[in-house]
Amino acid sequence: MNRTEQELRQEILALIERNARLEVEKIAERLGTPPADVARLIEEMEADRTILGYHTLINEEKPDEARVRAVIEVAVRPERDGGFDRVAHRICRFPEVRTVYLVSGQSDLRIEVSGATMREVAGFVASKLAPIDGVRSTVTHFLLKKYKEAGVFLDEEEDYERLKIVP
Amino acid sequence: MFFWMKKKTMSASRSSPDRIARHIAALPRSGIRDFFDLVSAMEDVVSLGIGEPDFVTPWHIREATIYALDRGHTSYTSNLGLLSLRRAVCEYVAGDFGVQYSPENECIITVGVSEALDVILRALLNPGDEVVYHEPCYVSYAPGIRMTHGVPVAVSTRESDGFALDPAALARAITPRTKALLVNFPNNPTGANLSQEAKQAIAGLAIENDLVVITDEIYSELTYGARSPSLAALPGMKDRTVFLHGFSKAYAMTGYRIGYACGPPDLIEAMMKVHQYTMLCASRLAQEAAVEALRNGRREMEKMRTEYRQRRNVIVRRLNEMGLPCVPPEGAFYVFPRVRETGLSSHEFAMRLLAEKQVAVVPGTAFGACGEGYIRCSYATALDEIEVAMDRLRDFLAGL
Ligand SMILES: Cc1ncc(COP(=O)(O)O)c(C=O)c1O
Repeated sequence: MNRTEQELRQEILALIERNARLEVEKIAERLGTPPADVARLIEEMEADRTILGYHTLINEEKPDEARVRAVIEVAVRPERDGGFDRVAHRICRFPEVRTVYLVSGQSDLRIEVSGATMREVAGFVASKLAPIDGVRSTVTHFLLKKYKEAGVFLDEEEDYERLKIVP
Repeated sequence: MFFWMKKKTMSASRSSPDRIARHIAALPRSGIRDFFDLVSAMEDVVSLGIGEPDFVTPWHIREATIYALDRGHTSYTSNLGLLSLRRAVCEYVAGDFGVQYSPENECIITVGVSEALDVILRALLNPGDEVVYHEPCYVSYAPGIRMTHGVPVAVSTRESDGFALDPAALARAITPRTKALLVNFPNNPTGANLSQEAKQAIAGLAIENDLVVITDEIYSELTYGARSPSLAALPGMKDRTVFLHGFSKAYAMTGYRIGYACGPPDLIEAMMKVHQYTMLCASRLAQEAAVEALRNGRREMEKMRTEYRQRRNVIVRRLNEMGLPCVPPEGAFYVFPRVRETGLSSHEFAMRLLAEKQVAVVPGTAFGACGEGYIRCSYATALDEIEVAMDRLRDFLAGL
């Protein structure tokens, strides 16, 4: 069966979304496609900004990697031209801010902030975020434990007795 | 009374040759039993010997099972199975296989394809009736026929035909005593599939010789190219075909033990009698889970299939590269490479590979004598394990 380029693209994306370091040769072997085609498709997807970057999922439970993360709901006063965009862009510029979404519901923006300590994050909210013109209020939720991130279940499931040979 | 009991016990004592029914005593021990014991005792084995999905059942299906339990749905169901499940099955079979069955009297829910196969054989066979099937095949076929007092007649499939069933060879095996054909494509252990032409030729033979066709299509979702129509869907076949299918492979539900048969009302009615008096009904929890699988399971199933296809591509390429030629499997999750050129028998090959490199594969002979010279590798195993197994296999070959 000949897969269309669109199908190949989706399969490549699914693979590198799970493991961005998977080599082109391995992807090609799995897809049964020449490596050159895989390399070209990836380049095309980088160029057209289908692929925006490659992330590493760090286990922040490791003491050396410990970071404090908070999800903050931000209520914003929309503006006559541009709605929430100006305020959102301003918030995006802070390096402490990892993600910014406009969401439906009670608050308007849902942002994720990371810092070395709780005090640092609290300080950011009080002195940088809340005073921005147009921000009406903030609600900060510090993350206590992560169970799943980027599709990865962080608590390993236990092994159970399974057969090693099944006819 | 006591005297009688004592005598009876004595006459059937351990040393007595009559203690076990003759047709059961005559069954061969499964060809891989001792091999299995060996593997189970070993640590650090990479197993390509597992004929069941490594995936855990998709969560939405497990969750539906828990929900059924929460609501206390723990009763028996009708013998045929939940009507809601039979409806979902018939709708699915109509949509995906193009055969219309009535949920009222043309569909029965069973404890896996395993039970469905046993029940249809019991319903069909008079002692001495012949059932023609093909080897290499799933290990239960010949014993299943023997246990129901039938006579198994094997037709070999060959590598040169891509392990497809050759209609001419099939025709030669048919005699006046032949009652049924038993076919399984995509095939365990070869991964072979049948073209539409081959199926048409087989259907022609069945009609000409007035045979019942039992088609075990348990791997049909796991087809990696175009899928040819089911034998049941060919003209003139619906009334003589029993279509066996289940949830074990496509939905990774082996431990649920749930499957079904669709066929003409007289055969389903006869199967229902056997099923009713032996099994009563399939597990209700499994039936409710199966409804969920059919209603909402397609996406997860397709994801698993994509992953199997990727693994197949990797394993086929590696095997061919290291000089173990194999027919690219069109379905299921097995590949059946030829090891004859190593000079080892299938059994020796598997034993030495296990002892020297801790990789488990199943000797081809477990699936019939004509499997000599081949091994079965399952790719229902994570890709990184497959890669390790392939490296070890390559080293093993280099050391021979
Ligand atoms: C060809 C074939 N038929 C039937 C079965 C048994 O299926 P079930 O789990 O539905 O009883 C298997 C399992 O390996 C199989 O390979």
